[in-house]
Amino acid sequence: MQLTSSSIGRKILMAITGQAMVLFAVVHLLGNSSIFGWLNGGINAYAEHLHSMPLPIIIGFRLALLAIVCVHIWFGIQLTIENRGGRPQQYAVKSTQKATFASENMIWTGSLIALFLIYHLAHFTFQVISPETAALKNLVPLHNEMVPNVLGMVVAGFKNFFVSFIYAGAMVALFLHLSHGIQSFFQTMGWSCDKSQPLLVKFGTLVALGLFLGYVTIPLTIFAGILKG
Amino acid sequence: MILDGKCPTGPIEQTWDKHRFDLKLVNPANKRKYNVIVVGTGLAGGAAAASLGELGYNVQAFCYQDSPRRAHSIAAQGGINAAKNYPNDGDSIYRLFYDTIKGGDFRAREADVWRLAQVSNNIIDQCVAQGVPFGRDYAGYLDNRSFGGAQVSRTFFARGQTGQQLLLGAYSALSRQIKLGSVKMYDRREMLDLVVVDGVARGITVRNLVTGEMESYAADAVCLATGGYVNVFYLSTNAMGCSVTANWKAHKKGAFFANPCYTQIHPTCIPQAGDYQSKLTLMSESLRNDGRVWVPKKKEDCGKHPGDIAEDDRDYYLERKYPSYGNLAPRDIASRAAKEQCDDGRGVGPGGRGVYLDFGDSIKRLGADTIKERYGNLFEMYEKITDEDGYKRPMRMYPAPHYSMGGLWVDYNLMSNIPGLFVLGEANFSVHGANRLGASALMQGLADGYFVIPYTIGGYLATVKPGQVKTDHPEFKKCEEDVKAEQNKMLGINGKKTVFEFMREVGGLMWENCGMARTKESLEINLKKIPALREEFWKNVKVTGSGSELNQQLENAGRTADFLEFSELMCRDALHRNESCGGHFRSEYQDAGEAQRDDVNFCYVGAWEYKGVGKEPELHKEPLKFDNVHLAVRSYK
Amino acid sequence: MSDHKTMTLTLIVWRQKNANDPGKFETYTAKNITEHHSFLEMLDCVNEDLIHAGKDPIVFDHDCREGICGMCSQVINGAPHGGQDRTTVCQLHMRKFKDGDTIYIEPWRARAFPIVRDLIVDRSALDKIIQAGGYTSCHTGGVADGNAILIPKPVADEAMDAAECVGCGACVAGCPNGAAMLFTSAKVSQLAILPQGKGEAATRVKNMTNAMTECGFGNCTNHYECMAACPKGINVKFIARMNREFLKAQFA
Ligand SMILES: Cc1cc2nc3c(=O)[nH]c(=O)nc-3n(C[C@H](O)[C@H](O)[C@H](O)COP(=O)(O)OP(=O)(O)OC[C@H]3O[C@@H](n4cnc5c(N)ncnc54)[C@H](O)[C@@H]3O)c2cc1C
Ligand code: HEM
Ligand code: SF4
Ligand code: FES
Repeated sequence: MQLTSSSIGRKILMAITGQAMVLFAVVHLLGNSSIFGWLNGGINAYAEHLHSMPLPIIIGFRLALLAIVCVHIWFGIQLTIENRGGRPQQYAVKSTQKATFASENMIWTGSLIALFLIYHLAHFTFQVISPETAALKNLVPLHNEMVPNVLGMVVAGFKNFFVSFIYAGAMVALFLHLSHGIQSFFQTMGWSCDKSQPLLVKFGTLVALGLFLGYVTIPLTIFAGILKG
Repeated sequence: MILDGKCPTGPIEQTWDKHRFDLKLVNPANKRKYNVIVVGTGLAGGAAAASLGELGYNVQAFCYQDSPRRAHSIAAQGGINAAKNYPNDGDSIYRLFYDTIKGGDFRAREADVWRLAQVSNNIIDQCVAQGVPFGRDYAGYLDNRSFGGAQVSRTFFARGQTGQQLLLGAYSALSRQIKLGSVKMYDRREMLDLVVVDGVARGITVRNLVTGEMESYAADAVCLATGGYVNVFYLSTNAMGCSVTANWKAHKKGAFFANPCYTQIHPTCIPQAGDYQSKLTLMSESLRNDGRVWVPKKKEDCGKHPGDIAEDDRDYYLERKYPSYGNLAPRDIASRAAKEQCDDGRGVGPGGRGVYLDFGDSIKRLGADTIKERYGNLFEMYEKITDEDGYKRPMRMYPAPHYSMGGLWVDYNLMSNIPGLFVLGEANFSVHGANRLGASALMQGLADGYFVIPYTIGGYLATVKPGQVKTDHPEFKKCEEDVKAEQNKMLGINGKKTVFEFMREVGGLMWENCGMARTKESLEINLKKIPALREEFWKNVKVTGSGSELNQQLENAGRTADFLEFSELMCRDALHRNESCGGHFRSEYQDAGEAQRDDVNFCYVGAWEYKGVGKEPELHKEPLKFDNVHLAVRSYK
Repeated sequence: MSDHKTMTLTLIVWRQKNANDPGKFETYTAKNITEHHSFLEMLDCVNEDLIHAGKDPIVFDHDCREGICGMCSQVINGAPHGGQDRTTVCQLHMRKFKDGDTIYIEPWRARAFPIVRDLIVDRSALDKIIQAGGYTSCHTGGVADGNAILIPKPVADEAMDAAECVGCGACVAGCPNGAAMLFTSAKVSQLAILPQGKGEAATRVKNMTNAMTECGFGNCTNHYECMAACPKGINVKFIARMNREFLKAQFA
């Protein structure tokens, strides 16, 4: 199958999986923003809503995401190793005209995100980082039901400078990764032309910036004490 | 000896068809038993190698560049002619035939030219099928432009890169055959000798330019498509590696050299800027469609900014002298007219060696956008070299050596007087007579490669048994050793002057005394100075490095040594031809600046036989007969 | 025309005897250079001095010296062809430099382009990519009239934009991954845009991109350095187009 073996095929898989994660990141942010109260019951209600979905759907969704991440990481590493060999000897003078810090460091920003994902899952999904604030163990009432206190867990976490710092740092990595990755997706899929290409670069950077601002606002407002539990 | 071109007889319209029928055929199953060598992968060689491979022959192709795609055909800008008559302006095969004969100043064979005109239409179709992106109109039809020497619009083009696109078409066809295994490509190889066994061409000796090793290749036929020799002038529009070497080596092995004095000086090239200069850059003739050529009427205006010279003080000399063709007068005429103005002291730019090519009127009439659309890349090229903006200030132009009409003598089958040696494209002498019309060289190269050699080589091969001589024949070893000995000699001299210095010197002599205008005296000067310079070369040249490595000095030294011999032949030919015709202008033979032909004494092809270095070569004549066009004074007034 | 003031420049040039030699930089001085010298003519002058001094001149690929054969190939101060817009090394003129400048001159560097000597590299990999499918499989003779296929000007023009590639390999040299996507996509696109080439579009894109990988070129990461390096202004939209053709080919 050319998709998994060829140069462009693997790039296309990277692009599709990357873009799927972008979509996830957008939806995830919208969901998380319920913490600011636009949903009746806030983030706890949102989390409860997700958890009340049928188990097969939840598991299926998680497996799909896992597969997407794995494919993305696998080919990302493979292609990067191949590309490092593409020019074994560097020029004495480095003079890049179009490449950016972001485009040159995709593997590193990606790796930071991967590390962060592990941390993030351990923190909020498996809740093993600080068990005493784990939402699953601290139930609170919501619409006549007892539900896990996600809000409490998040606020407790982000009150800690280091936790907030890790999240904010990861979001910088995500911004860099996507400022190149989103327009790259369109190019790799062949959905760009000479007129749209520069616009797509701007669009990608804007979306990346939007995600960055959206995501950092949560730890930032909590740490600064603006958002309270 | 009276040479016979073996042209078919009978009504000219039927000659090629009849001849094709008369040619013997090689059985399809037998074709793969025949080896054919093609030296050169320009339009002629590339097209030939691809087409012969396609037919089933075993082809070995050679070029000196690192890829067959870089042959100098790539540099042709303006276009390629064909008698399609798409614009409905009165063109026909006959008219293209007539224009070419007349343009060549009645010094080409009728039958060859007819065939060229006849197959010209197939070339366009072939190239379109290959995916050559010719210029088209909005409805999708092929577009044409006008070129010098014709009053119809028959030139097809791909922006300002027609040669590139045609060559890439041939290269793609060649690449396909290489993949299929019918053609084996040898790049970075320079042919340094022709191997002749018992009077028949049997192979070549080449130097592997990367390792320096000598290699021998045997075949049942050898095709030379090695391009032109105008680098004999040192500064020309040819690529740095273009040389007479392949042709000259074949000549030394017995092939006759025809009409070497017919060289074309292109009227519109960017003038030389300094003596360190390595080459001259041509600006397509198509510019003369919309540009007007002029010089100041008064000598004292020459130093002024062209914008400050009033309309009345400008001499549009081409329009004045040749009202019906105007700025589109043929090349030899336009070049000579430019030289005349400059000799008269009215040239512009450094050294007074330049005339203006002015787009002011066209920009007013058509708008700068249209001009940019038509010639944008040429204006860009001009600006890169001169740092001047051609839209704002007229370009400066001066004639430069550009094309060689002369070449190895071939018969109607493109076979030289050595059986088994075929010569194609600019390397042969066949169709352009004493002057080539613009956009006709590409046509000839592709005609020879796609539509002539595939038939005529079969006619020859059908008469020989395949594989008679292999590289273990002692002659191959001898050729390798001769070439090595010559190279070692050059490497051993360790003199004081570099190869470039010699080349510059011989080029200067040729340009000065055997260039746009020649006289008996100037040629005799050269016939004294060139042998002396050659002698000095073999005593005083300095070539560094060794023969067993990549050595560009050694490559150039070999080419220069050949030019030092060839230039003498060229002068000799020019001296013997006591007439002016086309690109050969002997100042003694003129009628108020116009070339004065002598049909009584010189209506023949002059083909020279080599007799040894410094020895007088022997002239053989092939009389030219004109049954279909009337021999007339060529007039473009 | 401006005056003929001369410049003196320091050149730091990559010298390498052959493919197996490790190679190193050597320093030379270029004297009496005017602003009208082309870059290669400047090197010619340096070489003449070297020869007179009995030293091996610097070897570099060049032929047409007018920006069309694609033979010249030097990285100047880190930029393939010197980094001037739409310009090959042979078209570069010394007026772009100042008296006293130091100039680094290196060969194309990419895994797929082994160094032959000094500034000369082996680019036969580009030929191999074309051999894998950069053509229409038509035979000599027996084709239709040129006007039998109508190709409206905008279509012909776009094909021509792609066809302008001179095969110099600067795109590969400029690409941090040593990828040949711009080169390959230019040919794939030219023939995919034109009706003549559409029939074989699917096999062509598959075979040519496979050849690309087999020859040791890297993969694209959309840095667009290739476009910056390209002396013919080949646009990366053709890479997008090739990607599209590739996807289409998977379903063909
Ligand atoms: C700047 C310029 C513009 C032109 N514009 C036009 C135009 O608009 N229209 C037109 O019709 N004509 C034009 N011409 C003329 C035309 O381009 C050439 O005459 C024609 O392309 C020659 O083709 P060819 O195949 O005979 O030779 P070339 O294309 O020169 O090919 C020669 C081949 O021989 C090889 N070779 C040479 N010597 C050796 C050797 N010793 N060993 C091995 N290989 C060797 C080379 O590697 C090369 O592959 C132009 C020419 C120039 C220079
Ligand atoms: C989990 C760890 C990750 C790693 C190791 C990683 C690594 C990479 C690498 C190496 C590339 C290729 C770079 C290039 O082609 O220029 C890439 C591209 C991309 N990544 Fe990631 N990434 C990761 C996570 C993510 C995440 C979380 C997202 C989205 C939210 C994402 C979105 C993208 C996109 C859209 C692309 C562009 C695809 C293309 O080149 O067309 N990545 N990633
Ligand atoms: S795409 Fe541009 S840089 Fe690459 S080979 Fe073609 S002309 Fe050279
Ligand atoms: S030497 Fe031909 S492109 Fe530079």
